Amino acid sequence: MSFVNLKDIRVSYDGKQNILKDLSIDMKKGELVSLLGPSGCGKTTTLRVIAGLIKPQAGQFLLETQNLTKVPVHKRNFGMVFQSYALFPHLTIAENVAFGLKLRKEKKAVIDEKVKNMLAICGLENLGERYPKQLSGGQRQRVALARALVIEPELLLLDEPLSNLDAKLRVAMRIEIKRIQQRLGITTVFVTHDQEECFSISDKVAIMNNGIIEQYDTPEVIYRRPKTKFVAQFIGFENFFSVIRVDEKHYKADNGQVFTTAAADSDGETATATIRPEDIEIVSSANEDTVAGRVVVRTFLGKSYQYEIATELGTLLVNGSAEQIYATNDPILLVFPAEKLVILDN
Amino acid sequence: MHKQKGMTIIAICVFLFLFLPLCLIVVTSFGTAAAIQFPIKGFTLDWYAKALQSETFMSSFKLSLIIGGLATLLALLIGVPAAYALARYSVKGKNLIKSFFLSPTVIPGIVVGYSLFQFIVIQLGLPVFQGLLMGHFLISLPYIIRVVGSSMEQMDYSIEEVAWTLGCTRLRAFIQIVLPNVSSGIFAAFMLAFVNSFNNVPVSMFLSGPGVTMLPTSLLSYMEYNYDPTVSAISVLLMLLTIALMFLIEKTLGLASIA
Repeated sequence: MSFVNLKDIRVSYDGKQNILKDLSIDMKKGELVSLLGPSGCGKTTTLRVIAGLIKPQAGQFLLETQNLTKVPVHKRNFGMVFQSYALFPHLTIAENVAFGLKLRKEKKAVIDEKVKNMLAICGLENLGERYPKQLSGGQRQRVALARALVIEPELLLLDEPLSNLDAKLRVAMRIEIKRIQQRLGITTVFVTHDQEECFSISDKVAIMNNGIIEQYDTPEVIYRRPKTKFVAQFIGFENFFSVIRVDEKHYKADNGQVFTTAAADSDGETATATIRPEDIEIVSSANEDTVAGRVVVRTFLGKSYQYEIATELGTLLVNGSAEQIYATNDPILLVFPAEKLVILDN
Repeated sequence: MHKQKGMTIIAICVFLFLFLPLCLIVVTSFGTAAAIQFPIKGFTLDWYAKALQSETFMSSFKLSLIIGGLATLLALLIGVPAAYALARYSVKGKNLIKSFFLSPTVIPGIVVGYSLFQFIVIQLGLPVFQGLLMGHFLISLPYIIRVVGSSMEQMDYSIEEVAWTLGCTRLRAFIQIVLPNVSSGIFAAFMLAFVNSFNNVPVSMFLSGPGVTMLPTSLLSYMEYNYDPTVSAISVLLMLLTIALMFLIEKTLGLASIA
């Protein structure tokens, strides 16, 4: 039974171009779902439709069985964290957090208690009297989270909440968010363009492109088995070459070589094979499965080297270990492990 | 280096050119002679006493205060929501509307005064007080829209959106979140519009009626028959008032942000 249900949502700002093209998605209760995609893909728009800040031209939004499509934003009871944190500059931290509770006309003692608890959960003890200006970026971020959570919302909406923090803090904060989210068991929608961030904390990921969802699955499945070329490229697959289907597990490349795969869902005649640079193995002896090539460019990545290798299949990117280093123009033999070679529908 | 020195000298000259006449007025206001003259012969505060005791000046001063205050308040009531709408929403013909609202600041004051006279006195036939109020309301509005508008444009609107998500209605969010965050802009706009209305001559001149005159107008008509330092004394008092108000604006918003 889905908790959040978006159905055929269409959004257009100018009436001509659609930002969201009949987008549908289901989320289960208590899940942390990420919307991941490049800028302009519609992920923030989707979040704003859920929040009620944008009215879709078509489609509907159900929360459990309730139709919220036409319910105004202030009656939805969702907590939202903006990229800029959007703290009220003229109110103290405690007043910021208490804002939503005051609107709900709770008793002062109850408000004080809840604010105190939430500040403690978010690691903001003793900061209640300060103003947003006096806080660091990470602290402000936690205030924004506390303010959204204290109203006990049915949904938590996070719009790139970590993008204004420095790299180290970003990792710490995403664990923090996951911890608080699990502790409160709150269904959460997380918008981001950072792949690592999204994979590390999400129960499910929706990869968006051009107003549609290209793939919606667990991070592990998306990482190992992308369904479309866009998803594959977006999550780090580099090498693409066209193949013809022989049978369920065997595909023939243009040069006549047949590759075995354990990761094909395709049933078309022609397809595209792809593999990550780090999944290609470099071997020393040739056999019928190896691909021969020549090193064109070598770049140093830190823990490994990356080679651009000219082969009959085209130019391939391959990561090699620091133990055996190849020089430009060196011959090299490659193997594509069957469980790592992914076949995409054309 | 030479260039900078030259610029400094020019700047000082310009400053003196602007500032000396004002100094002259301050000095002459303390002179003992019955006509304004410089240098002064003796020192007296009599002209200040005379100015403050004059029925005409005091009643026109009061009227200027009342008209200026009321007109500016009215302009705030209309101008603040208008500035909000212009800053926040993509209204059709937004730029046209904006320049239309600002037009009274670019059209010569005498033209504004004359056209308001034609409209308010001849066409509408409003009583003098209401006519003055309306005229000053109209010349205040552009300042309000411009100054409040610029501080609204600088505001991060996600704080308003976040207030909605926390359960705030639009009106309430406007009052509790938007207004407090543009309060310095509103205060500065009020001061600026008030000073402008208080100092305005053409509009007051065209719209004044028998027995109902604003301070600048009564100063002018007084000078037609008298040339004594009372006018200097009043000018000094007005300068002090304006300086105080400008100081308040500078404190709250910074003059640079409205220029």
